[in-house]
Amino acid sequence: MADASYPEDRLYHPEHDWALIDDGVATFGITWFAQDALGEVVFFDVPEVGTSVTANELYAEVESVKAVSDVIAPLSGEIVEVNTALTDGPEAINEDPYGAGWMVKVKLSDPSEADALLDRDAYVGSLS
Amino acid sequence: MSGYTSVTAEDLEVMLDAIGVGSVAELFDSIPAGVRLRRPIDLPPGEPEQAVYAELRRLAERNLSAEDEITFLGAGMYDHYVPAIVDMLMSRSEFLTPYTPYQPEISQGGLQVMFEYQTAISELTGLPVSNASVYEGPSAVGAAAYLAKLSNKRPRVLVSRAVHPDSRATLETLAVGYGTTVQEIGLDDGVTDLDAMNDSLSDDVSAVVVQQPNFLGAVEDVGAIADAAHEHGALVICAADPLTLGVLEAPGHQGVDVCVGEGQTLGNRLDFGGPSFGFFAATQAHLRSMPGRIAGETTDVDGRRGFVLTLQTREQHIRRERATSNICTSQALNALGGVVYLSWLGRRGIVDLAELMLQRTHYARETLAALDGVHKLHDRPVVREFALRLDAPVQRVLERCAAAGFNAGYALGRTYEEHPDGLLVAITEQRSRADIDRLADVLGEAVAAERAAAEVPA
Repeated sequence: MADASYPEDRLYHPEHDWALIDDGVATFGITWFAQDALGEVVFFDVPEVGTSVTANELYAEVESVKAVSDVIAPLSGEIVEVNTALTDGPEAINEDPYGAGWMVKVKLSDPSEADALLDRDAYVGSLS
Repeated sequence: MSGYTSVTAEDLEVMLDAIGVGSVAELFDSIPAGVRLRRPIDLPPGEPEQAVYAELRRLAERNLSAEDEITFLGAGMYDHYVPAIVDMLMSRSEFLTPYTPYQPEISQGGLQVMFEYQTAISELTGLPVSNASVYEGPSAVGAAAYLAKLSNKRPRVLVSRAVHPDSRATLETLAVGYGTTVQEIGLDDGVTDLDAMNDSLSDDVSAVVVQQPNFLGAVEDVGAIADAAHEHGALVICAADPLTLGVLEAPGHQGVDVCVGEGQTLGNRLDFGGPSFGFFAATQAHLRSMPGRIAGETTDVDGRRGFVLTLQTREQHIRRERATSNICTSQALNALGGVVYLSWLGRRGIVDLAELMLQRTHYARETLAALDGVHKLHDRPVVREFALRLDAPVQRVLERCAAAGFNAGYALGRTYEEHPDGLLVAITEQRSRADIDRLADVLGEAVAAERAAAEVPA
């Protein structure tokens, strides 16, 4: 499992989700802290492309050996791409939470919502 | 305080003091006044234990066991022989705790039973995944339709009118909770009307529910029903009688997505309706939407074969407040009876048993339908049960048969108003050919007597 890390280029949601915004489309995933708390991830229920997601509400579920947990959307919009590789290889969420473990890409409906998210230092500060 | 509860007034005071409450009544203050009973429950005063025992024994003597009469009553529960090995293994103290085996290191026996049970149900139903059992048949049907709802989120379920009335009632009750509307599909000569089903199928149908053999004893064309349902993207749920699967095609091989059923016939006695267990099997795609728990085979740190609880994805400790299944302690002990029974029968035995039932059922159907005033209700193939029509009041005929020591079957009019003259007759390996011949005599006489009585001028 990767060492604790929180990349500078992401925005963070207090429910331990990250977003990486690129030209109105955001990639979502869960943070190192979240995957560490979950333990070994055994299943990710990949949502469907075209589904609407709302900031602060759940859009997917991740199942670890300990529990099934909700994954919260940091921003609102419509899912335009999903990481289908997680269906057969959910361990990527543990091994590479910011890379191969990405979950969905969302075309943002209200990019200004990003103002409410935390930067790296604020999120890391909230963990201690 | 009742004479059977050893709490003195002093005990009570100490306990109330400890929790800072003035009276027992105060404990119920949070229940709204409008729904509270404003008087003591209307019960007779306490009696000495000896007198209560005598009264209960008097009441128990009025019970009629299936062993006290020659019974052809079925309608979902059947009088099969339960071999002594079932009782012997079920009463072992190691199995008598049904508590969830969270700790595999102290629960290998119980977990292995679940695993073997699942393997047997999986083979029997022709579906790759079985859970470790549910409460009973009807709630399994309700839970299966919920699985369909989780899978495709569609709002409607179609259920054949030939599905057991208890299963349909349970489905309707549970479906209110998960927001599914239930629509009944009528029958055509004893089986689900495929044309009517096709007319009702559309892309908002979550699942089609059928029963094999159906409540009227008839064998359904499950393959054709499955094809029609799948054309509209609906799942197919089949409630099956497990012992008939010794001669019928496994539902999983006919396109059924979820096969459930009542497990009573597998090593559980009638016991006035329960307890028994339900079975629940599905295709791989629905593994994580299944209720209950699934035990799995693994190896321990030394490479030895062992068993663990592998999946309980809908239960409380894994899903917390969003749990959607609450099988809890399940019916593990009754399911143990089921797997012991199936192991006792064996692969060859279940075929022999089903063939025996098939032959005797056909003999009984032809013999009874040849009586004056007795007709087949439908001409469909049957395995262990069949429906007749009588030219005489069914209830009175049943009473006449009972007086002769026979329970001739189930009066269909109790649940099918369109068949007030219907009689459902069930056969098990416990009913010999001689029993059937005697039933024919008794039933023939009863029908003749009732017809004669009806012809007497007023």
